[in-house]
Amino acid sequence: MSDTSEETVEKEQEGQGQRRMILVVALLVMFGALGFVSFGNLGENLVYYWDCSQVVEAGEEAYGATIRLGGVVKEGSLDWDENSNELNFQVTDGKTILDVHATGAPPQMFREGIGVVVEGTMVKATGAGRFESERLMVKHSNEYKAPEEGTDAAELYKTVEGL
Amino acid sequence: MSGGIGISLLGRSMVLIALAVSVLGAFSGIAGGMKRSDKAWKWARICAYTAAAAMTLAIGLMEYALITNDFSVSYVAKVGSTTTPLWVTIVSLWSSLEGSILLWAFVLNGYIAAFAYFTKGKYVEHSSYTLGASLSVAVFFSFLVAGVADPFIAMDPVPTDGPGPNPLLQNHILMVIHPPALYLGYVGMAVPFGMGVASLLAGKIGAAWSVALRRWILLPWGFLTVGIILGGWWSYEVLGWGGYWAWDPVENASFLPWLTATAFIHSALIMERKDGLKGWGIVLLLVTFLLTLLGTFMTRSGVFNSVHSFTQTPIGPVFLAFLGFCSFVSLVLLSTRMDVLGSKQKSVPVVSRDSMFLLNNLLFAAFTFTVLIGTVYPLVHEAMTEKKLSIGEPYFNELGIPLSIAIVFLMGVGPALPWGNIDRQDALKRLTIPVVGGIVAIVLALVFGATGFTPLISFAVCGFALMTTLRELIEPASVRVERKAESWGKALWTTWSKTRRRTGGYVVHMGVIMVAVAVTGSGAFKDLSEVTLKEGQSVEIQEYRLTYTGKETVTESHRSSEIAKVSVLRSGREIGVLEPKLNNYFRMGSVIGTPAVHNFLDEDLYLNLVNMNADGSVVGLQVITQPLVLWLWLGGGMMMVGTLISAWPSRKRKRISSTTQQESA
Repeated sequence: MSDTSEETVEKEQEGQGQRRMILVVALLVMFGALGFVSFGNLGENLVYYWDCSQVVEAGEEAYGATIRLGGVVKEGSLDWDENSNELNFQVTDGKTILDVHATGAPPQMFREGIGVVVEGTMVKATGAGRFESERLMVKHSNEYKAPEEGTDAAELYKTVEGL
Repeated sequence: MSGGIGISLLGRSMVLIALAVSVLGAFSGIAGGMKRSDKAWKWARICAYTAAAAMTLAIGLMEYALITNDFSVSYVAKVGSTTTPLWVTIVSLWSSLEGSILLWAFVLNGYIAAFAYFTKGKYVEHSSYTLGASLSVAVFFSFLVAGVADPFIAMDPVPTDGPGPNPLLQNHILMVIHPPALYLGYVGMAVPFGMGVASLLAGKIGAAWSVALRRWILLPWGFLTVGIILGGWWSYEVLGWGGYWAWDPVENASFLPWLTATAFIHSALIMERKDGLKGWGIVLLLVTFLLTLLGTFMTRSGVFNSVHSFTQTPIGPVFLAFLGFCSFVSLVLLSTRMDVLGSKQKSVPVVSRDSMFLLNNLLFAAFTFTVLIGTVYPLVHEAMTEKKLSIGEPYFNELGIPLSIAIVFLMGVGPALPWGNIDRQDALKRLTIPVVGGIVAIVLALVFGATGFTPLISFAVCGFALMTTLRELIEPASVRVERKAESWGKALWTTWSKTRRRTGGYVVHMGVIMVAVAVTGSGAFKDLSEVTLKEGQSVEIQEYRLTYTGKETVTESHRSSEIAKVSVLRSGREIGVLEPKLNNYFRMGSVIGTPAVHNFLDEDLYLNLVNMNADGSVVGLQVITQPLVLWLWLGGGMMMVGTLISAWPSRKRKRISSTTQQESA
């Protein structure tokens, strides 16, 4: 009696060990697959934080990629057509200038010489290509002062981020 | 202003007292657990009460300084201003880093004191260890308040006025309740963490202790839920982008511990009933707390501005070190002590309620993993390549939506199945009504004009889970009505109040279903258009007719607002006047809009004032319509109600505590 019961206990333990192995392997496979999918998916959904020079440097890569372009609205470049709801302006980082096109009324604070972050992508256009804006954000700052041309894009992200 | 220097000095003394007694209490608590000494345990309790009292005084002093505009206190000089309204002044306690950390320390000590009080005389070894472990966490936070995040520095010279808090925080009343709710949730996870550490140190988890574990995580979980939903609501009502969730790192930081805590609440049932999943449950508890630390580090250190900027704030490196320390301790404890817990759960049938709980935990773990990768990846990438990027919303949606649908689906299957082995025929029969519910949901969605595969599947799954949940709530009563010929009202009341924990759980499930329906509708069928209107001009958008009738300027002490009056007709019926505005904050020099929202049961009309010309004769408006948003907030409220029903202390405590003592003896 006692022999058989011991045997069954042993067998049970063996069986449990095996089940545990299977479970661990199954979990590893599952999370491996999930990791694979996640990282693959990650690569397709990156949002780049670039200034004008970096966008130009990126060349073809900038076309179709989601970019948060940080810079300053160039003086004298603002063109807002109230009837067609089209907004054209240029953004600069002090070294490079990019044409930006947006649809919709500009935000109240929006004006020339102000720091902005524009989310969108590069599209082909006559000449050097154009940055098509999907979302336009004006720099807010705790201690507000008009940014000068050549303001570091990284500084701009700090103040519009987390809104 | 000698009074001000007095407050700085007094405040800091209180913090130092809290620090000292927390150190003492941490040692006594651990010693009390190791030696099973009632005396050491009692000392740990006294220390917990004292620390809580000292922190209460400290936070009271800070509020006093804020209200009296005592600019000799550094934090008041940082966020205070003579021109801010009183309620803003009061809530500016949590508008900036040092104040939030003070609030954090206060809430933490409050929780620990509450734990000490309610577990007095229960679970001897475990309680003492818990006090030791959670007071160790309190030591760290008191240390922060006393050192790198000291809000009580005496200013010299004393400024005459301050800048006032961030204007975005002044925009809405929700800012009063959202951060404290989130903190009550976040910080509350420190006690379950301490309980998890205690379980490992004591090397056993009895049924009563697992009930206690679940109870102590339930309340912070409820607060975290409300905090997350209120955060979404605030974002929706204030930020003006017409959404409530953007998979922003700050949002993810609160969502991650919510996911693991939710997983734990479910695994705790297996722990209690089947004596299983113990090690895994403890892993979830520890991870939940580590994720709250990670979240606080990410949101409070400025690491998302730039990976390298976090060293500019003193709090970043300190927090990272503490996170590393806690992770290390958790890992060591888990690897050396986890097998001592010994789960006794026998093999689980593939289709049973038990296996659904396992699957639930797997899905939540997968969800956590996905969100964690998407949140942390940009930081790792920037640290390695010096290039800044972020992960777009589609990443989270592509993985999060299927996972959420699967989770809601499980909510419909699990409760319909019995524990242990089941009869296949019986199980299928029990799933018939839910399946009908799912089909009805699809038909309804189609009637209301919903399209697309994912939204329809999502609605179907919601209908499916709804029927199961409703049946679980009603079935016990219907049995009584039949057998005892009771009235429905009485039967429902008796069954609900007798099984309060279970009932609360299903009420939470109802809330989750409401949230899922709202998210599906508002996410998939949002519509946005922009118009420019002259005064007196109207525009037709869908079934709405909007007329800009003129502007109004309201000047307050801290801001002036340009208000656009837009009268609204829906399908010819008068709705009222919506007033989106642009606020100009004098001290900040910035203009920030406040949207105007009208909730209908079936959808929201959301107006943003984008711009206004100088005399107010022309305005640019953004018009957003979004179905079912209201149900998101209602669902959140329902979840909180369910949590309270479930977590409310039971009147039968005496009986429970006597069994507990037997068990831990």
